[in-house]
Amino acid sequence: MAKRIDVGGLNAYYGNHKAIEDISMTVEPRSVTAFIGPSGCGKSTFLRTLNRMHEVTPGGRVEGKVMLDDENLYGPGVDPVSVRRTVGMVFQRPNPFPTMSIYENVAAGIRLNGGRVRKADMDAIVEKSLKGANLWKEVKDRLNKPGAGLSGGQQQRLCIARAIAVEPQVLLMDEPCSALDPISTLAIEDLIGELKEQFTIVIVTHNMQQAARVSDRTAFFNLAGVGQPGKLVEIDDTARIFSNPSVQATEDYISGRFG
Amino acid sequence: MDITSTTAAGPPGPAAPAGRAKAATRAGDRVFLALSRGSGILLLVIMAAIAVFLTVRAASALSHDHGNFFTTFEWNANATPPVFGIAVLAFGTIVSSLIAMLIAVPVAIGVALFISHYAPRRIAAPVAYVIDLLAAVPSIVYGLWGALFLVPHLGGFYSWLDDYFGWTGVLAYHDGAARSLFTIGILLAIMILPIVTSVSREVFLQAPKMHEEAALALGATRWEVIRMSVLPFGRSGVISASMLGLGRALGETMAVATVLSPSFVINKSLLDPGGGTFAQNIASSFKESGDIGKDALIASGLVLFVLTLLVNGAARLIIARRKEYSE
Repeated sequence: MAKRIDVGGLNAYYGNHKAIEDISMTVEPRSVTAFIGPSGCGKSTFLRTLNRMHEVTPGGRVEGKVMLDDENLYGPGVDPVSVRRTVGMVFQRPNPFPTMSIYENVAAGIRLNGGRVRKADMDAIVEKSLKGANLWKEVKDRLNKPGAGLSGGQQQRLCIARAIAVEPQVLLMDEPCSALDPISTLAIEDLIGELKEQFTIVIVTHNMQQAARVSDRTAFFNLAGVGQPGKLVEIDDTARIFSNPSVQATEDYISGRFG
Repeated sequence: MDITSTTAAGPPGPAAPAGRAKAATRAGDRVFLALSRGSGILLLVIMAAIAVFLTVRAASALSHDHGNFFTTFEWNANATPPVFGIAVLAFGTIVSSLIAMLIAVPVAIGVALFISHYAPRRIAAPVAYVIDLLAAVPSIVYGLWGALFLVPHLGGFYSWLDDYFGWTGVLAYHDGAARSLFTIGILLAIMILPIVTSVSREVFLQAPKMHEEAALALGATRWEVIRMSVLPFGRSGVISASMLGLGRALGETMAVATVLSPSFVINKSLLDPGGGTFAQNIASSFKESGDIGKDALIASGLVLFVLTLLVNGAARLIIARRKEYSE
């Protein structure tokens, strides 16, 4: 249940401002693809076009196509709501629903997807998802406590459990560790390594060591200047990007000469 | 030593003597402190004075009452002997306010959600403005509108209610003029709509974006986003908004006095004319009242005062209990 993403000629706008320009790339299924680049280069914006979250921002608009296997996410008649059920997302700051228990947080997506689920089945899904997010052992005795009572790292894993509970094809992660301490970061990175067995994972990160540690392929984004749209500079195997990139700008960025 | 003494003495002054134990106070601070403390105390004194005034005068009225103050269906405070009771007024006040709440709160939540989450920005702003404008209409104007427009036009609606719900007795209609508690409820609903709407709207706008995005990213529709992240966040705000509205409805005077045809009966049907409210009764009878009559009205005012305090207290309790979710 992992699909290939094929992006062609994608532009995204905020009102009249073009945020990213002409991006084309392929994201392989069952792998981790990392997006790196300086702030403002549009990597988060691009990530949000992959599950049609960009357009919920006022003025947000997208041109081009994003193919999920052979379905264009921006094709006519495609419902953004159903796209987001196929392409899950984890955010920068852990955002469990504060009024819901840990159990209810994980169950939330299933309840949305409409069908009434028997209690026993729901229990099984919640357990499987929490195990999948390496959180089960820590919370199994307090499933009915509020999710907001967990530590930041646990909350983020709860959000991952919530996202994978609906069995998406793709999991997008927008700087999932930037609000976490190093121990929690390590836990999430280990988890990403396990999740890629099942999901296509795309992760935006500011931390280049993290990109090097978790990803199979890395895409470098850059922008020509303030107010200019962000562009994809290159995408390649992570090992190659970090040892012998084909574009000079990538090497400058990775070696810390700018950004 | 130099460093510690300057930090202890607050902002470093050129003449700050070393080793001073107490932070320096400035004239401006002292004046402001006196002003704000004085205002606080003054407010408490005024509240206490009102309470004492109401209680003393009410006590004198109650000592003359030859009926039971809480159960008598009569208001003849100027007769000899004086007989009066608040049963009808309490019933009318509470019932008309409850009807107003039942109508206004759902509508207000709907309008607030429309403005905050559904309408495009260029429509939302004018709609919000018009709603706020409703609050600026004086209540006597609502009263005139109610008496001259609402009352003559509600007959058809009441007949319809009678056709379908007349069997309950509570909503039976007997072809009188629609100067009833139900009409008052409708009018009050319109009057409290703006305050409930604008407070709710502000709360809904503050719902954290990150929780809305969490719901969206799970594949929630717009309504599901609202149900999962906006309404739980806004619940305590909506409760306080409703209580503000209820406070206004309980105390509304002129509009009620203009529309209602007062009488000291409790009708079986809410659509039948008659009944009364505390504020309306005070406004209607104050001028013709003698000394005992005025004291009797003050006693009824005291009950309204206590009722409003209870409503506010209950609202605070509800909000405090849900505080953990309102971050």
